[in-house]
Amino acid sequence: MIGRLSIPAWTLFRKELLRFAKVAVQTIAAPVLTALLYLVIFGHVLEGRLQVYAGVPYGAFLVPGLVMMSVLQNAFANSSSSLMQSKITGNIVFVLLPPISYVEFFVAYVAAAVVRGLVVGAGVLAVTVWFTGVRFAAPLWTLAFALAGAALAGALGLIAGIVSDKIDQLAAFQNFVIVPLTFLSGVFYSIHSLPPFWRAASHANPFFYMVDGFRYGFFGVGDFPPGLSLAIVAAALAAVASAALALLRAGYKLRS
Amino acid sequence: MSLEVEEGEFFGLLGPNGAGKTTLINVIAGLARANRGTVRVRGADVVADYRRARRMLGVVPQELVFDPFFTVRETLRIQSGYYGLARNDAWIDEVMHHLDLAGKADVNMRALSGGMKRRVLVAQALVHRPPVIVLDEPTAGVDVELRQGLWQFVRRLNRDGHTIVLTTHYLEEAEEQCGRIAMLKDGRIAALDTTRNLLGRFSGLELRVRGRDGAERCLRLAGAAELEPALARLRGEGVEIVDMELRPPGLEEVFVRITGAGA
Repeated sequence: MIGRLSIPAWTLFRKELLRFAKVAVQTIAAPVLTALLYLVIFGHVLEGRLQVYAGVPYGAFLVPGLVMMSVLQNAFANSSSSLMQSKITGNIVFVLLPPISYVEFFVAYVAAAVVRGLVVGAGVLAVTVWFTGVRFAAPLWTLAFALAGAALAGALGLIAGIVSDKIDQLAAFQNFVIVPLTFLSGVFYSIHSLPPFWRAASHANPFFYMVDGFRYGFFGVGDFPPGLSLAIVAAALAAVASAALALLRAGYKLRS
Repeated sequence: MSLEVEEGEFFGLLGPNGAGKTTLINVIAGLARANRGTVRVRGADVVADYRRARRMLGVVPQELVFDPFFTVRETLRIQSGYYGLARNDAWIDEVMHHLDLAGKADVNMRALSGGMKRRVLVAQALVHRPPVIVLDEPTAGVDVELRQGLWQFVRRLNRDGHTIVLTTHYLEEAEEQCGRIAMLKDGRIAALDTTRNLLGRFSGLELRVRGRDGAERCLRLAGAAELEPALARLRGEGVEIVDMELRPPGLEEVFVRITGAGA
């Protein structure tokens, strides 16, 4: 019975994977290239001028931040754009007509977003490692933050896809919420280099804990204790997932 | 409204634009929620027991929607999976064969014509062999060939025991296919009867004549006894009749009289 019930969710998950795999140049190769350009430009300009952690060159410091930024942005983009496109073209009806529960819907979309985020993140890591080398001081932390961060961004994307009626509303959500949160999360710097106000403000940004915890897995040092960061990320994930599930359960903007 | 469709029926849902046909279908399919009341599909409540209700229902939506990322076969496999069917290729092949889609199985949905996309919509509604099939304007904008093929297939499904609920703007289709019809107006049932009874409700005959001037005239007669006086009146008006047809009123006439609207 459990196996039978899981087939619809598994199918929806596979469909979402196929969807982004079929346009891999746009969904995987392009974000990897963007991250590589960030590394080449910022790494080249700031290498030797800035050292955040002792013994860690700036280029190497930048890599985990770029990987995590790519994971978050692409996990968000996957669930939000897929749902948005389905709503606009009307083919969302194919998912709403079958006996798929709102929990299965959530799990499938978020799991696919996690996979896209991790695939892009792995791609960014694979190309940037040629330039900087890589080491993992605590790889389990890296994995835990990557999974939790991608799930949180995927769930946020689901919410954005549900509440947005038009592409420009979704773009506004991405440009005014997701991009600022990722850019101000310590991808390019340590928050210890910020003035006190902005340092305090960074602590209100959940993406900071994801990037910092993820980076801790590489170097074994960070701006915040990783255990506490993971707890904060898990709490944020629980809150965002609950909100997404509540919207799906109510059929908000999906079922009239 | 209170409405019950019997198992195995070919049931028509007619009404002018905005009468509530698609809203009713959306409530049955779970795409919309009713403010009050209940809807059951073969005993399964569409809200409380939605999984069972939706498994028994196949809906062909009115809008020509498709997922541009996939081929026809991928689309049908995915739709099967949504209904819990992991291996369904034999039935998918049969459905594609009956809808003349076999040659397009590996073609991307984007590359199909409107008529072909409509066929895929029908196939998607049938992948899980639902006992109840709802067709919301299934022949809108499709060619004669598809229309005939589609009705042949749907009639076969009906003969095999599937319940068919049809909405259409082509009233001659409803007249030909449906055993019973509900006519909706402003969200209410304006008429509910067998097609034969609805057609017989308005007794009399319809006389259509075409004059040498090419103009067509339509006269309503109470009976055959009025035919000769009507023809004499036309001749008296100087109409030189070159063609004429005498027939009982069609469903279109019944529809207009009941709903007070054009089809």
